Amino acid sequence: MSGDHSGELAGRVALVTGAARGQGRAISVLLAARGAAVIAVDLCAEIGSTEYHGATQADLDETASQIRAAGSMACTAVADVRDLPTLQGVVSQACAELGGLDIVVANAGIAGGVPIEHMSASTWQEMVDVNLTGAWNTVKASVPILFDRGTGTGNPIAGTIVLTSSANGGLKAPPNLSHYSAAKHGVVGLMRSLANELGPRGIRVNTIHPTAVATDMLLNDATYRLFRPDLEQPGIADVVDLFSGFHSLRTPWIEPIDVAYAVAFLVSDRARYLTGVSLAVDAGLSAR
Amino acid sequence: MTGRVVLVTGAARGQGRSHSVRFGERGDSVIALDLCADLPLVPYEQSTRDDLDETVALIEAAGGSALGIVADVRDADAMASAVARGTEAFGPIQVVCANAGVIQLKPANEITPQDWSAVIDVNLTGTWNTISAVLPGMTAAGQGGCLVITGSVAALKGTPGMAHYAASKCALVGLTRTLATELGPLNIRVNCVAPTMVDTEMLHWPDAYALFRPDLDSPDRDDVIPVFAAGHPLGVPWVDPVDVTEVVEWLASDEARYVTGTVIPVDAGALIA
Repeated sequence: MSGDHSGELAGRVALVTGAARGQGRAISVLLAARGAAVIAVDLCAEIGSTEYHGATQADLDETASQIRAAGSMACTAVADVRDLPTLQGVVSQACAELGGLDIVVANAGIAGGVPIEHMSASTWQEMVDVNLTGAWNTVKASVPILFDRGTGTGNPIAGTIVLTSSANGGLKAPPNLSHYSAAKHGVVGLMRSLANELGPRGIRVNTIHPTAVATDMLLNDATYRLFRPDLEQPGIADVVDLFSGFHSLRTPWIEPIDVAYAVAFLVSDRARYLTGVSLAVDAGLSAR
Repeated sequence: MTGRVVLVTGAARGQGRSHSVRFGERGDSVIALDLCADLPLVPYEQSTRDDLDETVALIEAAGGSALGIVADVRDADAMASAVARGTEAFGPIQVVCANAGVIQLKPANEITPQDWSAVIDVNLTGTWNTISAVLPGMTAAGQGGCLVITGSVAALKGTPGMAHYAASKCALVGLTRTLATELGPLNIRVNCVAPTMVDTEMLHWPDAYALFRPDLDSPDRDDVIPVFAAGHPLGVPWVDPVDVTEVVEWLASDEARYVTGTVIPVDAGALIA
């Protein structure tokens, strides 16, 4: 197994958006297992333009109970990352409860594939609002609290931010993802500028670029139909070979925990001098 | 996962020693390889047999097994022999840190054909020789593997005075991406770390200081700190070998089982500055 990193985030407080399930839940629970108290935020509602269901309050509650089972404090909040005042309110309150903020993981996001001739302006707008503006809002709500933390404990790093981009959307740019690719490339620009801006304040900013992850966002009927229009009722088994073909390593997709491991590394002191980095967790997709 | 067989080139000191000792701490068996001799066109002292012996002692003290081998990465036959010796001692190699490298600092119009070869032969051909020597055994064992190539942020960002060095390191990015794609089906992962300045002997020598502080007569370590720090958003002049080791160790771990073909800067933000 990998090295034992339990406890390396003890005393830290982490904010994770999109935390109710999928990557966000895996990240929340792993950071908790390594000692961080976690503020788990999610919309817990349907999103108009997506063809899969949004997370629920029950999902978010389950994340919270897994955080606690991992031995850390959990604070949950239902908030829309598109709504800055609400986000600022819940983040401020949760940070006051848990005693500050050290780690920010802007993970909330949506996905969908639509040819441009069929894409509505509202689908474009919702994608950019959630995936790009939502990331900016998350940083905007967090940075004043990260500044408050400062450096005082011998740790040269006051805070660390990870923005969730994408391998397909943020490094490559396949067809039918014009909105998603624009937003996820935008996240990289956001990260790079912030890394330059916040580095001198002791805050590191990086992006992760997962390939297809086995979550509800990917593994749903809409995905199967998009990739197998030749079949009447395609299922998961019908897309395995196709997805495997995207990767150099022999796998159709990766698991949420694989993304969580990358995030946990980036936010740890082991990565104290990593900033401005786009870290791909993509089974070789973007190297091609 | 512990008890792996790891090959580290350039292991006598600096980053290579740091990686080697970390693998030792994890209980791995480390083949620690180095040239242990000066190179006529490389303007700072190279490591010695004593340095390599010290690395071996440190690996063993940390709890690992170690085999020190003196060999020249430029010599494909010597590398094949070294891999054969290491494999005989410990078994098939599962992790490779292709780390041996040299630098020379010269304006482009002063780089001679000999200078060009001195750098390219070690940094690029030496890396290829290392990987080429390992792959037959690694693929025959059929257990996958992990190659970590030491690149440089100089491969990714224009830096005057090191055309041959930058070219060699940039070539390693191409090697990384191609090998990752080609070897992925065999579950052999290939990644590259791209450090900024690292606090080792390769960084600290008088002519290097002079290049970065042309305004001073005989600049010393303290004189380059503000210049180096200015290139890093995080404000540090350089990173430590251990900072590169942390990334190498993570890449070689099961946590990174789906990470391949990446180039990871360890650069305090130099690339995006």
